[in-house]
Amino acid sequence: MDHIVLVGASAAGLTAADTLRREGFTGTLTMVGDELQLPYDRPPLSKQVLAGDWEPHRSALRQDTDIQRLDMNLRLGCRATGLDTEDRVVTLADGDRLGYDGLIIATGLRPRRLPFGHDLAGVHVLRTLDETLTLRAQLLAGPRVVVIGAGFLGSEIAATARGLGLDVTLVDVEPAPMARQVGSWVGGLVGDMHRDHCVRLRMGRHVTGMTGQNGRVTAVTLDDGSRLPADVVVVAIGSVPATDWLAGSGLPLGDGVLCDRTCRAAPGVYAAGDVANWPHPVAGRRVRLEQRTNATQQAITAAGNLLSGPAEAVPYAPVPFGWTDQYDAKIQTCGWCPSDATVEVVDGDPQARKFVALYKVDDRVVGALGWNSARALREYRSHLTGNGAAR
Amino acid sequence: MKILIDEGKCVGAGTCVLAAADVFDQRDEDGIVVLLDADPPHTSLPQVRDAAARCPALAIEVVE
Ligand SMILES: Cc1cc2nc3c(=O)[nH]c(=O)nc-3n(C[C@H](O)[C@H](O)[C@H](O)COP(=O)(O)OP(=O)(O)OC[C@H]3O[C@@H](n4cnc5c(N)ncnc54)[C@H](O)[C@@H]3O)c2cc1C
Ligand code: SF4
Repeated sequence: MDHIVLVGASAAGLTAADTLRREGFTGTLTMVGDELQLPYDRPPLSKQVLAGDWEPHRSALRQDTDIQRLDMNLRLGCRATGLDTEDRVVTLADGDRLGYDGLIIATGLRPRRLPFGHDLAGVHVLRTLDETLTLRAQLLAGPRVVVIGAGFLGSEIAATARGLGLDVTLVDVEPAPMARQVGSWVGGLVGDMHRDHCVRLRMGRHVTGMTGQNGRVTAVTLDDGSRLPADVVVVAIGSVPATDWLAGSGLPLGDGVLCDRTCRAAPGVYAAGDVANWPHPVAGRRVRLEQRTNATQQAITAAGNLLSGPAEAVPYAPVPFGWTDQYDAKIQTCGWCPSDATVEVVDGDPQARKFVALYKVDDRVVGALGWNSARALREYRSHLTGNGAAR
Repeated sequence: MKILIDEGKCVGAGTCVLAAADVFDQRDEDGIVVLLDADPPHTSLPQVRDAAARCPALAIEVVE
């Protein structure tokens, strides 16, 4: 194998590059990314960077010298626009065509948008460093913030904006924040925490529109007719896999790039990170994870499998792990925490905001959640196998 | 081998402990990484390297 191309210059793409070099690949490595910055990390964006606690460069994933040591052709600020899996060519926005022997797709997600409002100044999404810095500047200028969507990201943004002393309203169609991700019981505790910090919660409500004046947002309207005055609106209603550039490539696409259990999508083509959808061998169904640890772990496996070839390839069967930081709470999950599971506290005390809970479906433990209990959660994590079932 | 950790970056994921339990632990209060052995025997290098590679916050640096 002489030339490997990585598309997507972030957590998964960079880990793939690291892995390829560590495992002895000495051929040509080209990394294509449509952002201008050297690879940086996303979790700090909605936390330390938005809060202003970190200078933006602290979110860099590697020192410049470590990037140089990987000896790559870096094509930053350059979008991949097409893929031909027959001739093994990636097309770039500037017209260049990159032939490859191996390809790793790590293009992540793009934020979903509402069908209205995004043409107004003051209405934001948050996925990139540039978007974070723009939003931060706006937050510092505008006291009334409405966050639409109370998943992990929206809840974090609400917490960070409160930390900046702003007037914050958090809106979601679900009955509680993060209910879809961690169920309504823990979601209720998250809601209590936001209320304790004086965030106004409008749960179970649809946003029906936005109003503006002179091209700038002034309010968000809800389905009960209420009107929330706003200087800044953040839309955090989820993301979609960035696979638009793969249309017509012949790759199987669905909710992401559809891979086999070894992360392979076509001969010589692998995917990793938020964009990759694969049949989890232990869970017994297709999954796609939007978690930082997965980007690293999956890229290590995908890059290893690309080098070893299909005969030696290993299936990818991780125990999922995610976290969120809001106010003084560090909430971590491992395995699966479906909203229909029975939740049982096994350690600590929810009132004291320090506990571990197990998620059970049909009496089988499928996941665990720790609230300010990283160490205790880890003990339970090592008892989970890939499908979350107790060993 | 020398190990450097950046506590300010650590997110308490515990991946390092799963990879090299002789070398890393986590603080009870906040899950932040604790270095049990800043200069571990050479035999643990593969595990320590693996821990550094898998740390989602890139908070571990291994100087060989
Ligand atoms: C604000 C924020 C906070 C988060 N916080 C947490 C957290 O606390 N805990 C947690 O577990 N996870 C968190 N996550 C999720 C975590 O950051 C992701 O799982 C991780 O970034 C996925 O990495 P990736 O490399 O797969 O994709 P991405 O990080 O999305 O990177 C994909 C890259 O590919 C580029 N790209 C896309 N299309 C093209 C193209 N056609 N050509 C060239 N380049 C392209 C994109 O611009 C991007 O740079 C957070 C995410 C965000 C956005
Ligand atoms: S793996 Fe990294 S982030 Fe997790 S506890 Fe260890 S040092 Fe901290």
